Amino acid sequence: MTRDEIKDVILEIIEDIDEDAEFDNLDADAPLRDQLDLDSMDFLDIVMELRKRYQLQIPEDEYPELASLTSCVNYLEPKLKDA
Amino acid sequence: MKFSSLDGLRKQYDVVVVGSGLGGLTCANRLASVGHSVLLLEHHHRLGGLATWFRRGGHIFDVSLHGFPYGMVKTCKKYWGKAIRDCIVPLPKIVFDNPQFSLTTTFSKEDFIRLLQEEFGVASEAVHGFFACVDAMNFYDDQSMTTRELFEQFFPGRTDVHRLLMEPISYANGSTLDEPAITYGIVFSNFMNRGVYTFEGGTDKLIAMMAEELQNNGVTICTRAKVEQILLEEGATRGVVVNGTFIAAGAVVSNSGITNTIDQLAGREHFSAAFLAAFDKVEVNNSSCQVYFGIRRGESIPDIGDLLFTSTNRDFSSEEMRAMETGSRTFSVYYPKTRPDQPEDYTIVASMNANYADWSGLDEAAYQQAKEAMVERCLLDLERYLPGIRAKIDTIESATPVTFNRYTLHTRGSSFGTKFEGLEVSRALHRQMPGLFHVGSVGIIMSGWLGAINYGVIVANDVDGYLRSSS
Repeated sequence: MTRDEIKDVILEIIEDIDEDAEFDNLDADAPLRDQLDLDSMDFLDIVMELRKRYQLQIPEDEYPELASLTSCVNYLEPKLKDA
Repeated sequence: MKFSSLDGLRKQYDVVVVGSGLGGLTCANRLASVGHSVLLLEHHHRLGGLATWFRRGGHIFDVSLHGFPYGMVKTCKKYWGKAIRDCIVPLPKIVFDNPQFSLTTTFSKEDFIRLLQEEFGVASEAVHGFFACVDAMNFYDDQSMTTRELFEQFFPGRTDVHRLLMEPISYANGSTLDEPAITYGIVFSNFMNRGVYTFEGGTDKLIAMMAEELQNNGVTICTRAKVEQILLEEGATRGVVVNGTFIAAGAVVSNSGITNTIDQLAGREHFSAAFLAAFDKVEVNNSSCQVYFGIRRGESIPDIGDLLFTSTNRDFSSEEMRAMETGSRTFSVYYPKTRPDQPEDYTIVASMNANYADWSGLDEAAYQQAKEAMVERCLLDLERYLPGIRAKIDTIESATPVTFNRYTLHTRGSSFGTKFEGLEVSRALHRQMPGLFHVGSVGIIMSGWLGAINYGVIVANDVDGYLRSSS
């Protein structure tokens, strides 16, 4: 997957979690948690969805890698290169 | 609701969930929704665990529907669907009445900030400092500070303020002033978010909707199916024995108590000495007593509030609250709005914290006598809020820690799982025994309806990770 495709996947998953999420003014480098009112349960949902879709196992101590959209893409790019 | 019979089960499932409390139900639902085959086994004839109800004298009595935080709205929408979420409504009128103060509140942060300043005369800086402190608390913070120390820091010597802040949480999860302050802060902040909420339609409607959702997602449900053993062999989980029959499973999630899970279902011999040493330090929380009053059809009662925290005890004391002859109890008042689709009904449930040992050792005659005395104490208290209520009551039932033990099988009838240390043991279980997971009220913060459901989701993520890595 390309970086753009990964970004779209993340936003799609977040939209499934919160249909009212507003992405228009999203700063890709700032924490998603603060901008979209996501809590730790929401991040768990993202982890579970990525595992379901791509058999991707994200260890608990690497959850902080999912903090911002950019850090998500950086972290997932090598893992999803063949997806 | 029609469930499966034990005879018709498959020989093997991806996951077996033992017990159908809100944590077990949610875990089962999550795992089924991501594609695993799930068998849910419940010893009782109905689902829900302590999220339960019963019918008596033409009334429906809710056992644990007393009010939960606003967080249930988001949690239910995400993990149970919008139809369940749409039944969550505010419980607007929360009443406190004790020798130190009497007041009515929405139990929201905004209202508490006002009350603490206007009614209790606390300086604005202390009030805002306290809320800033508890709002910022999270699980990874220092755990050495107790709730007592937290209160003393912001409201020194103000036992009335301590009571306002602590009493509802003691009823919600059995915690005391000597628990880690973070367990208090996390739970209290959840409630303060936007006040207290309830499920319109009652517990029976909620559990029926959940059962339907589980079956839509393909979960096989068996009630009256008591698991005798979780089978562990060669360092891994193999399945369960239920009513004498072995059912194989890649993972087993126990929604039994953590103490029941290790001591009775799995067996201590499968765990390391270090793990057992930590496990043996786990303290189960206290139990409860309840008295249920049904109001004769055609009669009505005035609005005295939805949830009343009452006490005749001079000061707040967790020990006094658990004592057999406690003068401290909540009254949950269920008006016809609780079940708008059903014929008009009024019921009142008095709830008290209680020690199992006080009740379990009594012989039959002494037990009955103690129950009758408890009913009378509750009636006397209730008459202070509803004069003449005695003449309107047509049904009375009561429950003690022995009752809670009989229906939930929990060690010492625990109604709120374990104290804080139970959480780490529950979380560590699958690292000790691959494929064996625990979900249920543990560690105070994973307690109550919201805590149990969220913990079900957290454990489902662990189970899913395990199943997908081992397949």
